[in-house]
Parts: sequence; structure tokens; C-alpha cells
Amino acid sequence: MSEIEIKNLTKIFEIKGHKVTALNDINLSIEKGDIFGIIGMSGAGKSTLVRSINYLEKPTNGTVYIDDVDLSLLSERELRIKRREIGMIFQNFNLLEQKNVLDNICFPLEIAGVKKKEARKRAKELLKTVNLTDKEKAYPSQLSGGQKQRVAIARALASKPNILLCDEATSALDPQTTDSILRLLKEINETLGITIIIITHQMSVVTQVCKNVAIIDNGNLAEVGSVDEIFENPSSDAARELLSGKEITYKPVESLNTKRKIRIVFKENSAYEPVISNMILKFKTPVNILKADTKNVGGKARGEMVLALPEEEGIAEDIIEYLKANGLAVSEISEEI
Amino acid sequence: MNKLEINMLDFFKGIFTFWDSKVIIMILEGIRDTLYMTLGSTIVGYLLGLPLGIVLYVTSAKGLRPNPFIYRTGDFICNIIRSIPFLILLILLIPFTRLIVGKSYGSTATIVPLVICAAPYIARVVEASLNEVDTGVIEAAKAMGASNLQIIFKVLLVEAKTSLFTGFTITTGLLLGYSAMSGTVGGGGLGDIAVRYGYYRWKTDIMIVTVLLLIVIFQIIQNLGTYASKRIDHRKH
Repeated sequence: MSEIEIKNLTKIFEIKGHKVTALNDINLSIEKGDIFGIIGMSGAGKSTLVRSINYLEKPTNGTVYIDDVDLSLLSERELRIKRREIGMIFQNFNLLEQKNVLDNICFPLEIAGVKKKEARKRAKELLKTVNLTDKEKAYPSQLSGGQKQRVAIARALASKPNILLCDEATSALDPQTTDSILRLLKEINETLGITIIIITHQMSVVTQVCKNVAIIDNGNLAEVGSVDEIFENPSSDAARELLSGKEITYKPVESLNTKRKIRIVFKENSAYEPVISNMILKFKTPVNILKADTKNVGGKARGEMVLALPEEEGIAEDIIEYLKANGLAVSEISEEI
Repeated sequence: MNKLEINMLDFFKGIFTFWDSKVIIMILEGIRDTLYMTLGSTIVGYLLGLPLGIVLYVTSAKGLRPNPFIYRTGDFICNIIRSIPFLILLILLIPFTRLIVGKSYGSTATIVPLVICAAPYIARVVEASLNEVDTGVIEAAKAMGASNLQIIFKVLLVEAKTSLFTGFTITTGLLLGYSAMSGTVGGGGLGDIAVRYGYYRWKTDIMIVTVLLLIVIFQIIQNLGTYASKRIDHRKH
């Protein structure tokens, strides 16, 4: 069995007599050593899902297994001990404001009853891991957002967990800081072999570090698979919507959006061939390029382009066939770019 | 009389040459009694109010272990006691005070109604302070595997310490005022002197001195409290 196994997970909240289904029959397996992204729009239920993994939220139905242990069968005490194997970091860092950096990192060890001297030694090692050795006596209020998240990561690693849950851990950070935190997470995954689960609403976070990804849409699991696969061939609307990066795009003139549109993804090898030029020469029909972008997906360059197809149905179909034949991933999209 | 009291005696003599030493000794004893009642009732009040405040926080709907029955009971008792004016409470509690202290007058006897009055107030102040603690930090502690007791003692009370200390200062100031009211049942202290001499005997000078002393004591308590709560707070630098 996988390290984390989620079976038929359903969570229903009762708010003022109304029943709200936050998660609906989710099934997921996460392998040891993976960096697993869970992405969705806000309110999709992804935070509830990650809180079910350490049982901060008890599911209404379904089971969560960590290393073959069914969490619902554990007593409160056993669950608390199990949680030490699962570190967690948050969007708002959630550091203890009245304790300095070193004491914050020692805190989970203090709870676990580790001797103070030993805890301090471990905390100092962890400060090296997260590159903050000069800040051990500082208080959280004296740190920047990125530094606070580094302290939070060190704290989450203190009890030597096998799993690290990151709940929107980079959402409050600027792009540069986000990059450095993601690099740190990747490094931790590679050197310590910790399974990392990243909850985010930003596709860039997923494409940058995750190996596998699950897309949560309105409490349902829309799609799950490797990041490569989903980036090339998103099969769900939710995935396409997240990939189109709606939050940052501008709207072109409406007439461009009336036509059929396709999204094509270039892999490294196909990026060298002038496929679009060849296509235009071959069909003798111009196409409109609505959007073109390159993205870093798991360290590999991926080109992405959205084309408006010519009005004539026959040519449009032929173009799709031609592009597929040239080894590009092609999918038709309906949403506005 | 110790050396300090003699020095202060000289000091007062300089200002009010017409006062005899009896009056001055009485005022010094008044200061002593006032401080005794104020600090005594604050400390005993916290021994009762702090746990009660924690219980209110923990059992509230969004607490660590919600329990509507315990919360509503505590809430009800707090509201009942707080809605009785202190002067009435003082008289109502005379039989109870006699049962505990053995007599119903004097500074020690006054501490009983002061504590009964202060405990629910303190519980409310403590509850409000704990409510200020960021729920995210509590969630982080839960995720680390902390038990509820660990969360109370290692997270809540530590993170709320500045607010708790401010509450402590406000409570002490409040009890200083209430202790002055206790003069009516022969509680002693500066308030008692002010009422007996200033009101019943028309000795305005004595009343003014006691009022000034109360103001000075209040200022000292408030400033010490403000200073200390700033010193222990690590949130702002």
C-alpha cells in the first residue's frame, strides 16, 4: 500500500442547519518520497482534504491510512503520537509570537518530552538546514515572511516526520520568496526523503516542484496524475481553467474569442521544429496566436500556445490532426483566454 | 515604627504642621491596609478567576473541548455576580464572610467580598485574553501532537501573557477602588479614613490627602503594569 491512502473520503459540514459537502468521495494514493500537489480554486475543499490527512478534520465518511494504519482506529493519545510523524506548515506561518526562533523550533520536541539540551541541539541543526543560523535569538516579529516560513519548516521537521503537509505555504509570499521556499522544500524531499504534500491554488507552484498532482473542484477529485501528463493533456475543465491562469490574463478583443480555440503544448524535442510555420505554409491559412508562454514543469521547459482556428471546419480538423501527428499535445478549450 | 515610617512622618509633619502624629500614623496604616486588601484580593481573585476563565474558554463553542452545559453554567454565575453592585454584595456576603474569616469587619474580612466580586470579572478578562490568541497557532500545536493541557499551558497562557498582564493591572486598579468602598463595613484603609474623617467629621484636609494618596497608588500600579507588559511582549520591536 502507498504511504498515504485516502479511501472514499467524504466530509460534510453542518453550518446553521445547512449541510455543506466539502469533500465528496475522494480516493487518493500518495507514494513515499513524492512531492504531491493538491490544487483547486479557493473553497474547493483542498484545505479540508489536507487536514484530513493528519485528522485535524475527522472525515464524515471514508478512511485515511498512513503507513497502513487506519487513523480512525487510533485513540486520542495514539493520534497525537502519530501526528508527530506528520509535519505541517501554514499560509500564515503560525509561529509562537512570544517565543524566539530557537524555542519555536524546540516546541514540538518539548511537547514530545525531549530533553531541553537535546532539543536545542536538534533545533540548531535544523536552522542550518533552512539557512537561518544567524536568527536563532530573533522573535518572529523581527523576521520577514520568507524567514518565518523557514522557521516554520524547521519546526515542522523537528520531530523527524515522514510526511510534510504544506497548506498554502507560499500564498502569502512574493514570487522570489516563493521560489526559494519551493527550492528548500524540494531539497528537503531529496535529501531527507520526506513525502511532501503541497496545497495551493497556484499552478506555477505545482509545475515548479510537484511530481504528481490532484485537482480538486467543488469537493470532487477532478483529475489526478503526473504533472507532466496533466500539463500536456488536461482532461477536466478544472484543470484547464487552472492552467489557463485566469487570475493573471487580460482579455483580448471579443472577436478573437468567438472562434474555436486549441491549446497546444510543446515538449523539449518538438520545441526545435518550426511546427506552426510549417502548418501555416502547408494549409495556406493564417491562424491567430492568442497566447504563448513557456513554463518550467519539473525542471523541463514546456511551451504552451493557444491558437484560434480558422472558420472553415475542414481545415480546423486537419490542423488538429497535423499538430497531433507532429507529436504535440492538443486540446480544445472553451473558456476565454 | 520602622525607620521609613519615621522619615515619612517627618515629611508629613513638614507639610501639615498642625497634624498630630496620631493622624499620620492612621494614614500610614490606611495605606498599608489598602495595599493589603487590594493585592490580597487580586491574588486570591486570580486563584479562582484564572482557572474559571480557562474553563470558560475551553468549554465555549469554539474552544478546545466545547461543553455547552459547563459553559452556560459558568457564564450564568459570572453574569449574576457581576450584575450585583459591590456595596450590596458586601452586605449580602456578611454571613459568609463571618463563616470564613470569623468576623465581618477589618481588612481581612473585606478581602472575602472583594474576591467574590473580582473572580467572575477576572474570569471574563482571562477569557477575552485567551480569545485573542490566533487560532492558527493552536491548530499548529494540535498538528504537532500537543494535548489540550499542553495547548493551555504552553501555548495559550504563553501567547496571551501580555494581554493577561494588562488585565491583571486593570483588575488591581478596579479592586483598589472597591477596597476604598469597603470602609462602610469597617474594612479600614484609605477609603475608610476618607469617609470617616472627610465626610462625617468635615475634615477636608484629611480627605484630600487620602484621595491624593489613592491617586498616587493607582498611578504607580497602572504605570508599573504598563511598563511590565511592554517589557514581556515580544510581538513588537
